[in-house]
Amino acid sequence: MIDPLFVELSRWQFAATAMYHFLFVPLTLGLSWMLFMMESAYVLTDNPVYRDMTRFWGKLFGINFAVGVATGLTMEFEFGTNWAYYSHYVGDVFGAPLAIEGLMAFFLESTFIGLFFLGWDKLTKRQHLAVTFFTALGSNLSAMWILVANGWMQNPVGSAFSHETMRMEMTSFSEVLFNPVAQVKFVHTVAAGYVTGAMFVLAISAWYMLKGRDLGFAKRSFAIAAGFGMASILSVIVLGDESGYTLGDVQKTKLAAIEAEYDTHPAPAGLTLFSIPDDQAMTNRYEIKVPWALGLIATRSTTGQVTGIKDLIVQHEERIRSGIEAYDALQRLRAGERGDEISARFDLHKTDLGYGLLLKKYTASVVDATPEQIAMAARDTIPPVAPLFVTFRLMVLAGVVMFFLISASLYFTMRRTIVRQRWLLKALVWCLPLPWIACETGWFVAEFGRQPWAIGEVLPTFLATSSLTSGDLIFSLTGFITFYTVLLVIELFLMIKYIRLGPASLGTGRYHGESGHPAAAHAAG
Amino acid sequence: MILDYETLKFIWWILIGVLLIGFAIADGMDMGVGVLLPFLGKTDEERRVIINAVGPHWDGNQVWLITAGGAIFAAWPAVYAAAFSGFYMAMLLVLFALFFRPVGFDYRSKVEDPRWRNAWDWGLFVGGLVPALIFGVAFGNLLQGVPFQLDEFLRSHYQGSLLTALLPLLNPFALLAGIISLSMLVVHGAMWLQIRTEAPVSDRARSVAIGLGLVVILAFAGAGLWVAYGIDGYRVVTQPAFDAPSNPLAKTVVAERGAWLSIYSAVPASIIAPIAGFAGILLAVLLSAVRRPGLGFIASALGMAGIIATAGLSMFPFILPSSIDPNSSLTVWDAPSSHFTLTVMFWAVVLLLPLVLSYTAWCYTRMWGKVTVDGIRTGSHTAY
Repeated sequence: MIDPLFVELSRWQFAATAMYHFLFVPLTLGLSWMLFMMESAYVLTDNPVYRDMTRFWGKLFGINFAVGVATGLTMEFEFGTNWAYYSHYVGDVFGAPLAIEGLMAFFLESTFIGLFFLGWDKLTKRQHLAVTFFTALGSNLSAMWILVANGWMQNPVGSAFSHETMRMEMTSFSEVLFNPVAQVKFVHTVAAGYVTGAMFVLAISAWYMLKGRDLGFAKRSFAIAAGFGMASILSVIVLGDESGYTLGDVQKTKLAAIEAEYDTHPAPAGLTLFSIPDDQAMTNRYEIKVPWALGLIATRSTTGQVTGIKDLIVQHEERIRSGIEAYDALQRLRAGERGDEISARFDLHKTDLGYGLLLKKYTASVVDATPEQIAMAARDTIPPVAPLFVTFRLMVLAGVVMFFLISASLYFTMRRTIVRQRWLLKALVWCLPLPWIACETGWFVAEFGRQPWAIGEVLPTFLATSSLTSGDLIFSLTGFITFYTVLLVIELFLMIKYIRLGPASLGTGRYHGESGHPAAAHAAG
Repeated sequence: MILDYETLKFIWWILIGVLLIGFAIADGMDMGVGVLLPFLGKTDEERRVIINAVGPHWDGNQVWLITAGGAIFAAWPAVYAAAFSGFYMAMLLVLFALFFRPVGFDYRSKVEDPRWRNAWDWGLFVGGLVPALIFGVAFGNLLQGVPFQLDEFLRSHYQGSLLTALLPLLNPFALLAGIISLSMLVVHGAMWLQIRTEAPVSDRARSVAIGLGLVVILAFAGAGLWVAYGIDGYRVVTQPAFDAPSNPLAKTVVAERGAWLSIYSAVPASIIAPIAGFAGILLAVLLSAVRRPGLGFIASALGMAGIIATAGLSMFPFILPSSIDPNSSLTVWDAPSSHFTLTVMFWAVVLLLPLVLSYTAWCYTRMWGKVTVDGIRTGSHTAY
């Protein structure tokens, strides 16, 4: 039978390793393009300060990138190590974008990044600029392929179940690639990465300005980050991935849970700003609603309806009953029964097979499920509402605050009075964690909101695990958390050390704290 | 679909082999260099020379490992599932060791403190040693069969957990295989250091290549005799159609002494693989002795390709034989993805791999030249 503790530990390990990994990814995505912009300015103007900017921010980029690579290794193998049945069941579809990510994106990014750091004296200016470009392109392509894979988990298009091989098989590569959920997620996720890069440069440059050091260097960096950040935060908000929530049943359920929509309201539905959701009673207490807003945002129309949780459960119960039929037919087919009748019956019900598998939590043989078990399984199709409701609003709040900070940064940069806006500079330094909070809560909403499915409507999470023991998982989870935390502490130590050193760490003799620099002479005198 | 399913299944067996050989030649070199780092670099500057000899390229080289993992997922999902979850503890050891490399390379020279630098040097040593050893141990266990079985829903169950899963992997034959893989990667790394560094580091690398090259040859010969007389191979007794949908439970298999040698009588040309293994490593030793490391590097690459191909060919068509339920074994014919997915992935490789090879070659040529102590001193703020 299913061991709930073991399933729970497997989920915690994946969540921990993925969320640690994503502490480092968004900065890589955003900073890599900003390095390309800074270096382009150098190639166009020949002003060495732009080369120094590329190299200094590049050093910080490298410190972050190293842990991103280390924690990324785990992800490539973790489906096999910890989600072995998942790997067997959907590898035919899910493995392809992962392998192409390696071939198309990781090779590009990783082959050129060494030359980015170590090739300054061996390459011409234009060659080095091309190297920077390909590094940025590679990391962004990698985001695309992994989100194609992830989008398929949320909305598994372009594939069908085969009873002969007992797994999902790809039927259309272009449907998997152009899965609308994947497209929306890709744009939203990379834009969030660009905001992270921009906030990072804004906050650190603001700190230099507050300290009154390396002003020319800091102001130029700040200006690039403000412009890039503005375009990015607008993309994140306008192209927010809520529009992807009308596609596929899992996304609809996620939307209802995020918005705590227990009942289906007449279109266009109102948006709940605040509430205390109660899953037991299926009601919201103390709710504050904005009329129309949810319908407009989620369906992009005044007539589209947002289905409520209670109605979704009713629909899902129907599908579970159909799933029992599919499971029964599958068992007969696997046992060697053949004929048009059994094949037709399986084909009729097979899109509901996943719903049938939900019953495995309560009964091994599925077909003998009682009405109570079916009702419990139907209830399981709705993820817990409160955590999703809260984290989604945290993400949005972080996004809104960043929108105002970045807008103000751009405004005062254009007015050329940024150095005097000490309140803004201080706010930027204090708000440095915001993009990470937004990214992590965003991923939490996307993946916790996908539950109880590993692959939406296809494979329940509790069946997707490997056949390991809780002991194995306690050992590995402890190991990962310990190792990653040590790496994170070392990373932060080096980050802070090099941020404090500033561009003087390049050893050019032109910056704050270096002998020969006027500030140093002044301090000595 | 230009290529039929049976042909594609076979092509994918070759492609995964190519990726594994590519990994050994590219990233294996860096692992070898990592293992040699604390011993061949007597001073901090010498160690920086060694690190920077692979510095610009190690990250790209590592992608061979990542891509091999991804390609096994896409082309042989059943193998990816059964092997990676079965070898759970070993995979964790490899991962934890690999973590030291990205951070080790980038962080080591960012702080002056000799204790900091020395600690990262040993980190890079572990990051090279453990994977190099464990990959060989894994192959050693594949050759003996692995204790897993598939149930009716094709879920894989592995015998043992924690230490009861890990310790049986470390049996004498598997450790011999581990010694082969570790020593061949170190020889290969030593060839690279002979090319890219100056005396005294290059002289020390030369001695290592000559000494350990002979260890590889002896261990490889020993493993060959052991396979012939000491361990059981596996043989498919009844085989469904080669182009049938992948169902590992449809065939029957027996374990048999000497079955791993049958390919060499059935297809005599396959003897080229072990010959290339011996000849390549021997040539690497000889070319080191006469100070021609450039050709020697090609020779050690050829030798490793021969050794890896020998392991793959001997087991053909098996990929992951099962010791407790031979019928559950995974083979070239019943582990692959669907015809459609193999086709998509085949074209992805055909289009992308030549591109990868060409820009990788460009990067190597741009960074060519000896890494010297003087170069490290003048570029101290840029170099690793």
